[in-house]
Amino acid sequence: MPDPSGPIVEVRDLCKTFDVKHAGGVSTLHALSGVNFDIMRGETLGLVGESGSGKTTAGRILVGLIPATSGTVSLFGHSITEADGKAQLASVRSKLQFVFQDPFASLNPRMRIGNAIAEPLDIAGTHSRKDRKERVAELLELVGLPRNSVERYPHEFSGGQRQRIVIARALALNPDFVVCDEPVSALDVSMQAQIVNLLLDLQDRLGLSYLFIAHDLAVVRAVSTRVAVMYAGAIVETAPKAEIYSDPQHPYSRALLDAVPRADPDFVRHPVVAGEVPSLLDPPAGCRFHPRCAFATDRCRTEVPRLKASGEDRQVACHLFPE
Amino acid sequence: MRSAICSTRARREAIELAAPLLAIRNLTVQFRVDSGWVTAIDDVSLNVDAGECVGVVGESGSGKSVTALSILGLHARATTKISSGTIEYQGQDLLRARTSAMRRIRGSEIAMIFQDPMSSLNPVLTIADQISETLRQHQGLTGDAARKRVVELLGLVRIPDAARRADDYPHRLSGGMRQRVMIAMAIACKPRLLIADEPTTALDVTIQAQILELLRDLRKELSMSVMLISHDLGVIAEFAQRVVVMYAGRVVEDAPVAQLFRRPVHPYTMGLISAVPKLDSDAPRLHTIPGRIPSPQEIIPGCRFSPRCALVQDGCLDAQPSMQPAGDRQSARCPPRLLALGGRHA
Repeated sequence: MPDPSGPIVEVRDLCKTFDVKHAGGVSTLHALSGVNFDIMRGETLGLVGESGSGKTTAGRILVGLIPATSGTVSLFGHSITEADGKAQLASVRSKLQFVFQDPFASLNPRMRIGNAIAEPLDIAGTHSRKDRKERVAELLELVGLPRNSVERYPHEFSGGQRQRIVIARALALNPDFVVCDEPVSALDVSMQAQIVNLLLDLQDRLGLSYLFIAHDLAVVRAVSTRVAVMYAGAIVETAPKAEIYSDPQHPYSRALLDAVPRADPDFVRHPVVAGEVPSLLDPPAGCRFHPRCAFATDRCRTEVPRLKASGEDRQVACHLFPE
Repeated sequence: MRSAICSTRARREAIELAAPLLAIRNLTVQFRVDSGWVTAIDDVSLNVDAGECVGVVGESGSGKSVTALSILGLHARATTKISSGTIEYQGQDLLRARTSAMRRIRGSEIAMIFQDPMSSLNPVLTIADQISETLRQHQGLTGDAARKRVVELLGLVRIPDAARRADDYPHRLSGGMRQRVMIAMAIACKPRLLIADEPTTALDVTIQAQILELLRDLRKELSMSVMLISHDLGVIAEFAQRVVVMYAGRVVEDAPVAQLFRRPVHPYTMGLISAVPKLDSDAPRLHTIPGRIPSPQEIIPGCRFSPRCALVQDGCLDAQPSMQPAGDRQSARCPPRLLALGGRHA
């Protein structure tokens, strides 16, 4: 029986590999290599990292879009990675939803907004025609769109408004947990701030929990309760948001923060970290950040660091920190 | 008498010295759509001085890329109308330059790099082939001489193991390395002005920092002027010396970078700066600008920012405000704010 005070999402040793076909045969791409995290009720976990860090893959496995290679994922106490995972997932399906980056690709251009938002209701078959109409109007109001949007088509809306429509659709069945994968990165700054605030308001009103996946550290700070930094398929550090920005422990977290351009002409930048993200077809041995790390030792080149406690509610995967 | 002549000459020389490398004056560009012509940029004026780095910042539809493409004459002729204005490069009007003159200017005088390095590179040619093409066209270099220069250029943009990488095809390179190749191609003929249109937007943040550092070093080494176009105020703050802020096809503010961030004059600039999420802020909500960016087809009387402006007054809707001085090398298109600031300073 699930524990109501426990985490709603528990991810343990999650691994995912993809087969990549090329002229020479098939290679294995190691997208996720032993990822662990929890998400508590009402909390937002910000999952931050650069391209290829595995943040999107983790989000997709969480909502059952792709299967895990190994490891366990449990949602609301139901393990979706066991043999009967499909049935387990079906039983919690209505409690999870997702919002993707591109609001243009997320909406069928030939479907009116009202029908797009009502689609989850139609699939669940829970609402009468009258209830359906009322619920759509309620959802439009919730995300700050005029009621008369119902009859209109996606092309009549701007990017920011479309993302509001996508959010309204995600909320149709009253989910508890929403995976947001780069929900504001396709939007302009002035639109981005509006959508971030909307997500925060909705969390307050509806008690939602979010997994917020993004590459923009400043946006992640604005929405998250806790932050997990990913690099090349593994989490290198997790901490409450204030700590990760004021006192990053992992050398990669520090390099990432140092690389962010600041809207402040007086800001003096630290030296830029050299090198590029390694190929996941042939990832480096030991710590995957060691080829770019200024502090790397022989141990870092051979032994994979495990995520371990490094302070109150903090974890870091780095040999520089004592066990 | 003699001193009068001297002073006239000195004044003329001073004017020549002070003349900007690039001067865009009152440029208005229209595009043809189904329903007629829409104005993409309206009355845009901006200068780039020799050795200066000017940042152009704005959101979608602000007209920053349209302005850049106009400089090099890269718009599709059939669907574009330059209704008014001039673009002077070293005193020569580019809008009236002959095709052959423009061919020479593009690449050897003014070069451009774009956001997406993959679509700017030909996938079936090696890196060396593509850079040699520029060298052959503009400098007549072929064979070993071209090859030597290609390797030299790849070294200049800090591509490791340049001699071997020169024979790679673009798909073998990462996004950051491809952008380095584009930069190598752009600087091949030592241009005086580099236009960089969102050069780091498609890149990860650590790679973005590397590319900005590279551009900064090259600007010094080659004493180039740079016009950097970006939607990212962080990139602009870090890279530009002077900033031009655009909104819905118009320049709304023009100021030295420190002044722009410390004392923005136009309400849109103020809103944009405060809407950027900060790495060191724990505010419970982000600052927002209400409303949305207008499409170019929308007819908005007077100031195009007025429907979203917190400081809007009756007069704002009457006529399009003009750019007016707002302090030392700073100007803005907002009479009420200028009046308020002027009143306080007086």
